[in-house]
Amino acid sequence: MAFPSSDFQKFLPLRRKTMKEIHVSEIIDTVARLCIEACYNVGDDVKALLEKAKRQEASPHGKNILDQILQNLRVAQELKLPICQDTGMAVVFLEIGQDVHIVGGDLYEAVHEGVRRGYIEGYLRKSVLSPITRINTGDNTPAIIHTEIIPGDKLKITVAPKGFGSENMSRLKMLKPSDGLEGIKEFILQTVIDAGGNPCPPIIVGVGIGGTMEKAAYMAKKALLRPAGQHNPDPLVAQLEEEMLQAINNTGIGPQGLGGTVTALAVHIETYPTHIAGLPVAVNIQCHAARHSEALL
Amino acid sequence: METKKIFHAPVIHEELNSLKAGDTIYLRGSIITARDAAHKRIYHLLQEGKPLPIELKDQVIYYAGPCPARPGLIIGSCGPTTSSRMDVYTPLLLEHGLKAMIGKGPRSAQVIESMVKHGAVYLAAVGGAGALIASCIKKVDAVAFEDLGPEAIYRMEVEDMPLLVAIDARGNNLYEIGPRQFAHI
Repeated sequence: MAFPSSDFQKFLPLRRKTMKEIHVSEIIDTVARLCIEACYNVGDDVKALLEKAKRQEASPHGKNILDQILQNLRVAQELKLPICQDTGMAVVFLEIGQDVHIVGGDLYEAVHEGVRRGYIEGYLRKSVLSPITRINTGDNTPAIIHTEIIPGDKLKITVAPKGFGSENMSRLKMLKPSDGLEGIKEFILQTVIDAGGNPCPPIIVGVGIGGTMEKAAYMAKKALLRPAGQHNPDPLVAQLEEEMLQAINNTGIGPQGLGGTVTALAVHIETYPTHIAGLPVAVNIQCHAARHSEALL
Repeated sequence: METKKIFHAPVIHEELNSLKAGDTIYLRGSIITARDAAHKRIYHLLQEGKPLPIELKDQVIYYAGPCPARPGLIIGSCGPTTSSRMDVYTPLLLEHGLKAMIGKGPRSAQVIESMVKHGAVYLAAVGGAGALIASCIKKVDAVAFEDLGPEAIYRMEVEDMPLLVAIDARGNNLYEIGPRQFAHI
């Protein structure tokens, strides 16, 4: 059966549209480079908050600890060492434009290969093992890969190595709608109190409110990629971020949990609509070695 | 000007007893690293009455797993890991002569009780200051469980490693004293 010619004309433009080709070798090289970059430095946004923290910290021990943290960043640069020995699990965010065509191999295999190479060439620690046998995989793979499809013809790769001192202190709870805003605040605060000194304060707190169980957790992790201290554009959420930051710093936990007035550098909250019966809340804690590096292909 | 308080490893008992929670000290001497997997192995060897690959008496254990060394460097970044994961194993090691532990984060009540009973201290290194701490390490040798890679037991010679006495041998605990002082609730 023939197409009416008018319908056929509609499809021609799609067939002529070019897709941007990206070869996996470029992805491997980029991921390897980003792993190393991320582990050797923190961004200027984090550095600025650490310097502000040192000025504001009321505890002498706390001030000394913040001074060592800042000194460490300088020594790491001078001696070409990773800023922290826990170079983490490689968490890789891929934002793939709809018009991108990956060629030359399997995309996810390319990401894993990039991590493998980066962790060897960068003298980074191989910290990944089988969860039950505890046998080390030897090359810090597999990576954790999160993929989003977006409009356009670019591929954005973000590598955010996640150390487990802070990851282990993260929590998720399926609250009841009746728990409300107060329940949300209480859960976030209690999570930070229970963590105490373990996640290497001063911390950055990523929070996901709403969605489903896994969406809340993903939002909490993604929230950590925001420039440190940047508020959510929604004024209601921004106010909650500010309130939680104050509440956390009032706990007195302080740098390394040894007492002080700066326990958190920032709180970043993301939200998403959820079910009428639910209120998932996830809290992903990030230590002061807030590491992420990105590239646009 | 206040002189630097030097603390030697292996431990000298008079030095250990003079330490108070909140003191800043500089560690000098020979320490061993051990974290999750090595602790589990040592614990089971002790329970089974089997010989250990390392001496525990008067030793200082550093809870750490370093990065591999770049050529020309002695060690990669080597900051502390979270001590509470080793809590379950620690009382038995203290019973067998361990005198000091270096790590980060609070310890359990059982560990503190055991520290007081056997006369041991817990020293806090700054978590995340892996490069700074690495610059204090002058010699490294893998001495046991090499199959564990970064989790192997390493013997390290350290010079003036800056540490805070977090919990002293009388049980005074900066993880409790500190936050209480600065809480505004």
